Amino acid sequence: MKKTVLRKPKGFNDVYRHKPGAEKDRTHYCPGCGHGILHKLIAEAMEDLDIVDETILISPVGCSVFAYYYFNTGNFQAAHGRAPAIATATSRANPDKVVISYQGDGDLAAIGGNNILQAANRGENIAVFFVNNAIYGMTGGQMAPTTLPGQVTTTTPYGRNVDTDGYPMKVCEVLSQLTAPTYIERVSLHDAPHIRKARTAVRKALKNAKERKGFQLVEVLSSCPSGWKMDPVKSMEWVKEKMVPLYPLGVYKDLGEDARITVRPVPVMDPAAVWEKLGISAEKDVDFPRGDVPDEYRKMSIRVAGFGGQGIMVTGQALASVALEYGYNVSWLPSYGPEMRGGTANCSVNIQDGIIGAAEAVKPSMLLAMNRPSLEKFEEFVVPGGTLIYNSTLIDTEPTRTDIKVFALPITGMADELGNIRVQSLVNIGAYAAITGMFRVEDVITLLPKLFKGKKQAIIDLNARAVKAGFNYVKENF
Amino acid sequence: MTEAKYPRSEVNLDKCKGCGLCIAACPMHVLVESPKLNSKGYHYAEYTGSGCVGCGNCFYSCPEPDAITVYLKNYNPNEEV
Ligand SMILES: Cc1ncc(C[n+]2csc(CCOP(=O)(O)OP(=O)(O)O)c2C)c(N)n1
Ligand code: SF4
Ligand code: SF4
Ligand code: SF4
Ligand SMILES: [Mg+2]
Repeated sequence: MKKTVLRKPKGFNDVYRHKPGAEKDRTHYCPGCGHGILHKLIAEAMEDLDIVDETILISPVGCSVFAYYYFNTGNFQAAHGRAPAIATATSRANPDKVVISYQGDGDLAAIGGNNILQAANRGENIAVFFVNNAIYGMTGGQMAPTTLPGQVTTTTPYGRNVDTDGYPMKVCEVLSQLTAPTYIERVSLHDAPHIRKARTAVRKALKNAKERKGFQLVEVLSSCPSGWKMDPVKSMEWVKEKMVPLYPLGVYKDLGEDARITVRPVPVMDPAAVWEKLGISAEKDVDFPRGDVPDEYRKMSIRVAGFGGQGIMVTGQALASVALEYGYNVSWLPSYGPEMRGGTANCSVNIQDGIIGAAEAVKPSMLLAMNRPSLEKFEEFVVPGGTLIYNSTLIDTEPTRTDIKVFALPITGMADELGNIRVQSLVNIGAYAAITGMFRVEDVITLLPKLFKGKKQAIIDLNARAVKAGFNYVKENF
Repeated sequence: MTEAKYPRSEVNLDKCKGCGLCIAACPMHVLVESPKLNSKGYHYAEYTGSGCVGCGNCFYSCPEPDAITVYLKNYNPNEEV
């Protein structure tokens, strides 16, 4: 149908509800940014091809990291450079969907160089829109693989020197050497006639994608007024005068009618089939009969946190390992952040009968805080009615919550009395057993040789005393 | 003689970021930068009110999804859904 009006295309969301702040009706892009122009071409093409509802768009890392605010499609946001890998999985698992990988030049040609190469070489059913603005826009204007010789960036203050920094990466030229890709073209956004050519290329790539015709890539020469420190109109002149001569426009590969529609096996998401392949029996062999566990402790989401070296990870692993022997489903998720260098180290443990969804204990039903920063950091997240166990040897402040059960235990002190502060983890397990009723002390002690495989008997005995100490302290004081 | 109502370009002034790309792209030079600022502090683009030929250059050059609308020659406001 012939258009009678050119207005915001339906490929965009009406309201950018995922965008934080009050401005939910405009993009986060700088004035004059080429990303916005390309977004409009993609949104319009999706509307016109009637594929908005069957498209899944993968946002990269870069200024377009928030592309998912805008497009009215299914959306994923990938780690830096990994959009083609996420697009591969998305496309394989959803062979009837149109999958778009939207990427910048840092994302695609630097950190993600191998990802795009392999996806192109496999001829994945994806449409890649590759924004070449000759710079890392998002991080403040560093050199990208596509930066021009002589171009001044924050990391090439004297201009890119090809002898030290290499030559501009010519993605279309490189990828078009491969056998698998269907369609590869380079376009530019520097003036209205070229934007129209870009529009045609975007539509062609998406039409091919709709017909499942393999790998499509459109490289878009684009502007970054902020990173280049140029006004928007000058930026477009710069694209025309500097970029286009170095990056020749045109079709680099087009299989046209020869494009092959590859049918791939769809991965099977059947846990039983996977277990069988791995030789694991889906039937759990329950070794220990369960005791009486009050309802409130039957579905545990636990955050264990403290200093690195306080046995935080061992506590988490031991909780999960012991619970497994009672036939629970368990997960253990360590968090190794910058906090490893002091402050807090932490892990999440889930113990329950149903299938565990998210492994992170975002809203834990129990917090085991081994030092003060951990208490301060995580206390607020404990669910109302949940349980807080804190290490009163090291924490001299009172918890602030009044809507949770609180157990102040001198964990480090008890371990120290036993002669080795490294047994704090097993003091924790004993205390947990006493509070929840989930483990029996004898069972835990039987398991110790398995938990501390290869350790001397003396160590195992010491840990057995630690379990008992933790258990008895709770029983005697609460 | 009264001028035909369409084609006509319309800038949604509060969504405009004043980048000037539409002004540079207009073959008829009928878009100008307003001396006034919009609520976001940008000198927004403005249609002078006559001379638009409905080429669409401004629409496709504009990076903001909703800053410019172009009503083409055959536009009929009663048919809008
Ligand atoms: C693993 C990782 N390394 C580095 C970064 C920092 N980083 C964020 S964006 C970016 C470059 C983005 O440049 P480009 O892909 O060209 O996108 P543009 O902003 O120019 O559109 C980098 C290096 C990161 N977020 N993650
Ligand atoms: S920094 Fe550059 S690429 Fe990023 S939004 Fe601004 S103009 Fe666009
Ligand atoms: S549609 Fe064309 S002629 Fe009309 S204002 Fe826009 S650019 Fe100018
Ligand atoms: S191109 Fe769009 S954002 Fe830029 S001045 Fe014109 S209407 Fe405003
Ligand atoms: Mg870039």
